[in-house]
Amino acid sequence: MSAVDVLGTPAPAEATGEAGAGPWLSAWRRLRRNPSGIVGAVIVLVFVLVAIAAPLLAPYRPATSEWFGEVTPTTVPGPSDEHLLGLDSFGSDLLTQLIYGARSSLVIGVVSTAIGLAAGAVLGILAGGIGGKVDTIVMRVVDVLLSIPALLLAVSVAALLGRGSFSIMLAISAAQVPIFARLLRASLLAQRGQDYVVALRSLGLRQRRIVVGHMLPNSLGPVLVQATLTLATAVIEVAALSFLGLGDPNPAVAEWGRMLVTAQDRLDQAPHLALYPGIAIAITALGFTLLGEALREALDPRSSR
Amino acid sequence: MLSLVVRRLGLLVVVLFGLSLLLFAWVRALPGDPARALLGEKATPAGIAAVNERYGFDQPVWQQYLTYLGQIVRGDFGASINTGEPVVTTFFERFPATIELSIAALVLAIALGIPLGYLAARRRGGWLDNIVVGWSLLGVVVPVFFLAVILKYALAIQFGWFPTSGRQNARIDATHITNFYVLDGLLTREWDASWDALVHLVLPALALGSIPLAIIVRITRASVLDVLSDDHVRTAQAKGLPRGVISRRHVLRNALLPVSTTLGLQAGALLSGAVLTETVFSINGIGSYLFDAVTQLDYPVLQGFILFIAVVYALVNLVVDVSYGFIDPRVRVS
Repeated sequence: MSAVDVLGTPAPAEATGEAGAGPWLSAWRRLRRNPSGIVGAVIVLVFVLVAIAAPLLAPYRPATSEWFGEVTPTTVPGPSDEHLLGLDSFGSDLLTQLIYGARSSLVIGVVSTAIGLAAGAVLGILAGGIGGKVDTIVMRVVDVLLSIPALLLAVSVAALLGRGSFSIMLAISAAQVPIFARLLRASLLAQRGQDYVVALRSLGLRQRRIVVGHMLPNSLGPVLVQATLTLATAVIEVAALSFLGLGDPNPAVAEWGRMLVTAQDRLDQAPHLALYPGIAIAITALGFTLLGEALREALDPRSSR
Repeated sequence: MLSLVVRRLGLLVVVLFGLSLLLFAWVRALPGDPARALLGEKATPAGIAAVNERYGFDQPVWQQYLTYLGQIVRGDFGASINTGEPVVTTFFERFPATIELSIAALVLAIALGIPLGYLAARRRGGWLDNIVVGWSLLGVVVPVFFLAVILKYALAIQFGWFPTSGRQNARIDATHITNFYVLDGLLTREWDASWDALVHLVLPALALGSIPLAIIVRITRASVLDVLSDDHVRTAQAKGLPRGVISRRHVLRNALLPVSTTLGLQAGALLSGAVLTETVFSINGIGSYLFDAVTQLDYPVLQGFILFIAVVYALVNLVVDVSYGFIDPRVRVS
């Protein structure tokens, strides 16, 4: 465990930037100079904008099956003037479905990461901030959580709560809890012996105040990096779980993973039905990954390799 | 070494006990009355009572748990409520398909990943390095099931080089002993059956292997770079040792340590990916069975399978940790 201590040590603010520049400002400067980070940031920005402005951007309403009559057992209408990318196999506008798919990916991804982060943070703070018996118990719970493969965890949650977006959210966050708990614990433990913590303690500050007011803000960097990288996996997992049929029971729903499932039935006639949602998932995950790794390098310059 | 194994097995027992408690509580917390779900629309109070009595759903919860625990210890995991098949039987029928796929994917990933990672590190910044780094990023962000669909479309549907689904051609009347089809063919000397099963594995393994491949390449590359700048490598070079000897004995052996630990951590991801790949290629592994069990509230199946999978998962990690000691003698000492 002692190897973690070295990794989690944040650089003192004075050492990382020029005079007057805080650690966040100098991190921002480094981020701006990283081309792949900019690419990632642009992808993420476009994705978020598309998701938020979906009703304005999409030419039609999602999951309407309005043109179901035009879809025959052997053909799915391709691009036309009315439908830029054609129809999907349920007779909805494909472009509209893709745009609204961004929206559900973003909502489920962000909410699940927020829940996973919050629950993991509480466990990590309990373990790393209080230590002793609490630490042991919390880490055993985390070990048991880790002993169940993420997908099984997700299936269990979905079985417990029934199919739907909410259980997908909880399922994904359940798999994230151990990651954030371990991260925060390691980061807090690493700071415990540092001079500034000793100084605060000798000033007579209470443990809770030291942890919440001083040690926690210093752990913000790694948590931010992990959250960004987790969003990339969350986008993929949202798709994976709805690919397996754990999502919304409505098969025509505008969700990238679900679109991929239904596309499989017509793979030989209309491969583009699978191609577009798949590429959308990959690009979004790529954006969050690039941004996350650039953030890591910017916040901890020594880690770059 | 032995004490490590014993300690870890002891921990496994503790974890499994906790897990069984968790699974038991979880299955009881599922929405819906299992007896009602089982009988469907024809449920009458008398019928529900009969089912409850037969499966013990009407007993006090703690007694149900004790009964359950006792059965597990005796290796009796009950029978599926839907099919009546013993859970253990189905497990040994279904799980080999998933394991076979995972092993094939892992073998592919190791066989490609370690040489690629090594070569990329040796010529850092060269064209191969750039391609490898780029592709490994792609391997992380492209979902397995999407890759599986693409491979199926391109190589099976368009070109017809590989079969689109299943584990073996239905016309081949193969004998199955272990339910690892490739192995079965070898054991019974039915070479064509073995070969056919292998051909069926190629596309699923390629798709599934993309996850560990990306990670193996990245870690091999990074740790070879680390080791290459070590003092002992410079000393070996100064002694005038042949390049091949340095690579094998001094660089690769040290560089593979981090790779072997990550492999253990990949077991869970591999399993999840295998379930997804199975659905694309209609392979009768644990995936479809587990999801049927979820939708039909098949308690014994859910409990049994999750426990089995947790055991396999824990054992894989144990094997990885032990093999770590064999690759790196320093671990054994400390």
